[in-house]
Amino acid sequence: MRLLVSDLTHRYDDLTVLDGIDLTLAEGEILAVIGPSGCGKSTLLGIAGGIVAPTSGSVRVEGEVPDGCLNPITFIFQDFALLPWRNVEDNVALVLEHHPLSSAERQERIDSGLRRMGLWEFRKALPKQLSGGMRQRVGIARALAVRPAMLLLDEPLSALDAQTRELLMDDFLELWRREKTTALYVTHNLDEALRLADRVCVLSRRPGRIRELVTIEEPRERRQEPSAQAHLAEVRDRLWHLMKAEAQMADREIARA
Amino acid sequence: MPDSLNPTAAPVTPAPVTPAIGQPVRFRGGGFTVKRHPWAALAAFALLIAVWEGASRLGLASPLFLPPPSAVGRALAGMVSDGSLWLNLKASLARIAVGWVLGTLGGMLVGFAMGIFSTARAVGVPLVSAFFPIPKIALLPLFILWFGIGEPSKFATIGFGVFFPTVIATYSAIDQVPRNLIRMAQSFGLPWRSILRSIVLPGALPGILAGFRITASIALILVVAAEMIGAEYGIGAFVLMAGNLMQTDTLLAGVLVLSLLGLAIGTVLSQLERRLLNWR
Repeated sequence: MRLLVSDLTHRYDDLTVLDGIDLTLAEGEILAVIGPSGCGKSTLLGIAGGIVAPTSGSVRVEGEVPDGCLNPITFIFQDFALLPWRNVEDNVALVLEHHPLSSAERQERIDSGLRRMGLWEFRKALPKQLSGGMRQRVGIARALAVRPAMLLLDEPLSALDAQTRELLMDDFLELWRREKTTALYVTHNLDEALRLADRVCVLSRRPGRIRELVTIEEPRERRQEPSAQAHLAEVRDRLWHLMKAEAQMADREIARA
Repeated sequence: MPDSLNPTAAPVTPAPVTPAIGQPVRFRGGGFTVKRHPWAALAAFALLIAVWEGASRLGLASPLFLPPPSAVGRALAGMVSDGSLWLNLKASLARIAVGWVLGTLGGMLVGFAMGIFSTARAVGVPLVSAFFPIPKIALLPLFILWFGIGEPSKFATIGFGVFFPTVIATYSAIDQVPRNLIRMAQSFGLPWRSILRSIVLPGALPGILAGFRITASIALILVVAAEMIGAEYGIGAFVLMAGNLMQTDTLLAGVLVLSLLGLAIGTVLSQLERRLLNWR
């Protein structure tokens, strides 16, 4: 499934947060969106997922919805968004309850998501009994249960410690290796973008405009190898240079205001 | 050239190491924590009763105005044996139950509407703000005119008193439901009713149950006041009658029953919270 963002602008009252965004996300592509705080990354994701109405411009999807897909565009949230009163299994079940599935299929979707995320033993646990990493795994299992065509990830690892981030990045890589799901991945972490994305979209400070789209040539599966490090370091420097300039200017503008 | 490599340099004598003084680090982290003292409350009650009993027996307090706990206990036992306790308690409990249920159902309905629909809130908030501060017992004479001296006027007073705090507790509780959970549900395409049933209602439950605690106390106050104004039976009427007859031991026995009733209601609500909110 492809995502086409055309001339997208969004304002909160008098504050323009996104300005003239044109973006195409190819089928199976992972596009990371980075930029300084307040540049409209999460707003862009919200608009792409249909939970924020844009002021102007459009977001369209093209392509076939795969078999068994119940929610083509599916979010994975920074704060996990789990219902604290439901156990792990019931949190995953929530997103299937309104679909006309047989109880066997419903259970199969829940079980397969939980097993893939290593949560089977914790299926009866409440969110408060889980670590941050496990909670995010529940969020991923919930997303997998609807067999999405496109994932929208809103800083999914930013609330987690470094060790858990590494483990979950491996989970994401495994997920994308198997499913080839198209993904829009908002992050402020360059290492995540370099490890996971095919392209990186750098947004300017507010109002967010596309500053640059950087392609990472190195295949994802080879990025941990020593031979890839020179290229990745070069891309990293370039991204950091772009980000730093924008962040510094944003800071100065805030100080002046 | 460094001295260590220069054979002509004088040998450097290492500075004597002062042995550490074995002074323990002073603990500074005490206090500001809640510790359980399960016997403290019982001991305080026992002490209070003992002092009260002692003061009466030593003639420090007139038994006519402040009878000793033993006399209050005897009066309570008398109420149990002659059946007046159950007769009056039954009347009060029925009034509380009917009035509280009516006020709570109405309040939750309106509170939900105000929490969910902006128009209902725009209409409801000024009305609730205007009616909420009225002391509800002041409306009893009006309710007596409308519904007569019988039970309906008492139900109306209690129901009216319970209604407004329930409205406020309910719509405030809905406001407290994390919006990220609602957005999550919307992003998965959950229908409006499912969002209401699976997210808004359970998310608002802690606030609604906290409101129950307040409205239960209001119901207890109002039932006593309403019974003092116009009732044959009920703990309020019983206490008033005892006061009129200068039977202070019986009066205090009635007050003790009210206190126990409040305690029982609180315990039931605590159990309910423990059962329904075990996820917190």
